[in-house]
Amino acid sequence: MSMKPELMKRMVKGPDGVEFEVEPLRDYYCEAPPTVMPAAYSKIVEDLFNWARSESIWILGFGTGCGAIEMRPLMTPRFDAYRYGIQWRPTPRQANLFVISGYLSTKTLKRAIRSYEQMQNPKYVIGLGSCTINGGMYWDSYNTIKRLDDYLPVDLYITGCMPRPEALLAGFQDMKKLIRAGKGEGANQYAENFAWYKANQKRVIHDWDMPDYNW
Amino acid sequence: MTTMTTMRELHTRLKHLFPLGELSEQRPDLAFVTVPAEFLRPSLLHLRDREGYTHLVLLTAVDWLEEGRFQLTYLLSKRTLGQDIGLRVMIPRDGATMASAHDIWPTAATYQRELREMFGIDFPGSPRVDEDFILEGWIDIPPYRRDFDTLKYAQENYSQRPGRETRDPATHMQQQLYPDGRQG
Repeated sequence: MSMKPELMKRMVKGPDGVEFEVEPLRDYYCEAPPTVMPAAYSKIVEDLFNWARSESIWILGFGTGCGAIEMRPLMTPRFDAYRYGIQWRPTPRQANLFVISGYLSTKTLKRAIRSYEQMQNPKYVIGLGSCTINGGMYWDSYNTIKRLDDYLPVDLYITGCMPRPEALLAGFQDMKKLIRAGKGEGANQYAENFAWYKANQKRVIHDWDMPDYNW
Repeated sequence: MTTMTTMRELHTRLKHLFPLGELSEQRPDLAFVTVPAEFLRPSLLHLRDREGYTHLVLLTAVDWLEEGRFQLTYLLSKRTLGQDIGLRVMIPRDGATMASAHDIWPTAATYQRELREMFGIDFPGSPRVDEDFILEGWIDIPPYRRDFDTLKYAQENYSQRPGRETRDPATHMQQQLYPDGRQG
């Protein structure tokens, strides 16, 4: 499968009439694969960082599948996740937690990968519901992935079909404990096993028409 | 029962014009009739312009694998009387092609794109009919065809997490509720 036409190297005529060459893969994206982010120079500083990270969980507002419906009661006064320092952000650049909220079709997986790679380090992934764990009720479906951790580094799974908002709140508390213990190393895991993740992703996304790393 | 007679009357009127099959009435306000493929467009136009069936409700397909045919159903609605008539067209399954209806109802183009992708039925001349619609980069036979084995495809293409087990709900609940084996 070829790249999208807008990603091809081409000549562009600017509004002032000057022609110039654009090579989107080099001009708009970083060619370098992700690198491992080392811990801070001393444990006490890293612990402080981790405490701060755990208390400012910003979720990417990207709903995949039916679990996205659980987010509305969570962010509104009924369950009010904001009181735990959790809030939703509209763009990947501002978020550090990606909640995969249910089944992922291969088409959505492509967008999920792009969004994940655009998030800033350190970043965390929570898989929500049976579908992300073993396919759930879509176990024999022709276009949904069956286990999320083959494609993205998952820190935590929340079981259920669907999990209630209370289960999500408990999951967020567990996520905080993981981060504070220094175990939220998903982004580094992704960087270390980048080739393995890419191979898995390309095995199910047959029309790979994007850069290998969407940063 | 006035609507019922109207459906029959409509069928009688149409029969003078097109070689229609028998009318099969599902409800007083819903009936289906089979049309040969070459008479589909004239009958659609006639129903739209002369009989007031101005709305294409849906266009869908059924895969009659054993008979080697696809059935296309064009469901039309007459808004003033709340009546629906479904036109059924049988087309051969091999190299399935049908005349496009996008110039009669623009919405047909979307249905036809879907049918092209999910059943592999071609509608030459329909806008963007060969572009990806829902699936992206599909590599197998169209997935709604009945000879497509979705479980086999899922097992071959997606890695599975081991440890998944399936229980028969009736037997499982029997054992849970009556562990001593008596019938509930």
